[in-house]
Amino acid sequence: MELLLSLAIGVLTASGLWLLFRPRTFQVILGLSLLSYAVNLFIVAAGRLRSDAPPIIGKDTASADPALYADPLPQALVLTAIVISFATTALLLVVLLASRGLTGTDHVDGEDGEA
Amino acid sequence: MTGWLHHLIIAPILLPLLASALMLAFDERRRVLKRWLSLGASALLILNAAALLWFTSDAGSAGATGPHVYLLGNWPAPFGIVLVVDRLSATMLLLTNVLGFTGLFYALARWDRSGPRFHALFLLLLMGVNGAFLTGDIFNLFVFFEVLLAASYGLILHGSGTERTSASLHYITINIAASLLFLIGVALIYSVTGTLNMADLATRIADTPSGDLALLEAGAAILGVAFLVKAGVWPLSFWLPRTYAAAAPPVAALFAIMTKVGIYVILRLSFLLFGEASGDAAGFANDGLLYAGLATMAFGIIGILSARQLTRVAGHYVLVSSGTLLAGLGIGGQPLVAALLFYLVSSTLAIGALYLIIEPVERNADEEDMIAGIAEPVFDDEYVGAIEEEEDETGVVIPGTIAILGGGFIFCALLLAGLPPLSGFIAKFAIIDALLRAGGVGPMNWTLIGLIIVSGLATMIVMTRAGIDLLWTPAEDAPARLSLVEVAPIGLLLAVCLALMLGAGPVMAYLEAASAALHDPAGYVAAVGNAAAGAQP
Repeated sequence: MELLLSLAIGVLTASGLWLLFRPRTFQVILGLSLLSYAVNLFIVAAGRLRSDAPPIIGKDTASADPALYADPLPQALVLTAIVISFATTALLLVVLLASRGLTGTDHVDGEDGEA
Repeated sequence: MTGWLHHLIIAPILLPLLASALMLAFDERRRVLKRWLSLGASALLILNAAALLWFTSDAGSAGATGPHVYLLGNWPAPFGIVLVVDRLSATMLLLTNVLGFTGLFYALARWDRSGPRFHALFLLLLMGVNGAFLTGDIFNLFVFFEVLLAASYGLILHGSGTERTSASLHYITINIAASLLFLIGVALIYSVTGTLNMADLATRIADTPSGDLALLEAGAAILGVAFLVKAGVWPLSFWLPRTYAAAAPPVAALFAIMTKVGIYVILRLSFLLFGEASGDAAGFANDGLLYAGLATMAFGIIGILSARQLTRVAGHYVLVSSGTLLAGLGIGGQPLVAALLFYLVSSTLAIGALYLIIEPVERNADEEDMIAGIAEPVFDDEYVGAIEEEEDETGVVIPGTIAILGGGFIFCALLLAGLPPLSGFIAKFAIIDALLRAGGVGPMNWTLIGLIIVSGLATMIVMTRAGIDLLWTPAEDAPARLSLVEVAPIGLLLAVCLALMLGAGPVMAYLEAASAALHDPAGYVAAVGNAAAGAQP
């Protein structure tokens, strides 16, 4: 599972970075989205990979063994990170459309160079 | 700080949040109400920050020195999130809110009418910056960073237009990318240490097994890159001058503090996490900061000299200011950090004033000047003729507008270039003095001193050129109108700089205490650790 997750993060990061450096605004947005997926998976991985382990301890806190539980903090962090990157990406999408309308091109610099 | 006074620590976050939420309930036609609401909230924020400054000073804390801690939700650290106010935070808060108030006041002239929800966004930006200065938790810092960035995205687009939209596209993209780096850094640090509380981190880093140290340092480095993007360090700064030039003047004035948020976090974390007490990790990346700072200064100086618009000059001066602070931080030392803090306060106020004064100054220039910019030769033959012709006159009448603007402009130029007698000079003098007094003055100290002096010279050259071109050559047409609403905030900012100069002694003493507290993170750690739940109302 570790290999699968790290490969997934690696592929997402690589394609996200490639798209981020493309000259079209839509590609840049897709790149940022892919990068944020990669980062979210990475945060989950930072809390150690566990399967079949609940993150919240039940009512009998005295007898519970913390080693049997997953770390709940990274999951909370990921939730926050997802919400924030979703909102900022949505805002960027609006700016993209405004830029397209004002400059008449979808190039990131607002003008189409010599190409 | 006892009783209800304790809640003053969280007020800089709650007050702008509530005020801006309230403002959303009214539509744009209730402009007068919104103006009073935001100005009132902003004035209260200044008083609040001043109170916090008082309570962290020796006189106000009445013996019980050390930072004040506010437990959110009354959970003890490190399980809950804490807000911490110490001398450094209080200074930054006061600086932010003074800039915020003047920016808002200036915006009343006409800028708040050029788009919807200006006041709400402005207050949310203040909330984000205040929160970033107060928080004692790295992930909470990320959240406040996002709050201030989201508000700044809205503000940079305020007024619309092709230039603004195009610049903000770059600005938003680079900041989202930097935020992702921030998250990667946070995740790496968490995976090694298992905590996100800054004070708790400071104690755990010393115990990090040497095998994990590389991972921890990688995390800190990635985190650092995210802050350096915000601080505008070369080569991560190409977006900054253009974005700031495109922003509306009151917004740009407030943005002057946003680069300082990056500097503040680097200052806070490098002393807490990589101070002398943190074992193998001590002194991490100080050299990197030094070289990056020097490169930024050099880039900024070249940028100042080559800029064709005053807004670009101001943008590149922001870079010089960041570079000076980072390079000084890389060299380090208690007196030097105190001098750097003084420079931070003085230069931020001066940059804010410059952004505000640029617009009325350029309004006086006719279209031709605006486009040709300040790169044209000023003392052309025609000007020589103009001066000779005037010899038989009794004198040149200087219009009142030009006199006020010219006076403010000279004031700004002196502050930025660091010429006596203003606070800019005191700041630079203190930095150079501290650099020379440090035991073993190395070649890097001399390089930094040289760059500081050259940056002053470059600023003076450009400001003189711009002043002659835009203000002090006889113009054919009458100068544009200047409203009191625009003059008052500029005057206020410059008056604060004047007060800094007159009160340099006490201010320096306070900042030296702040620097001493930074160099002794044990006090900060103990204050956070001892803040027991239930100890506060």
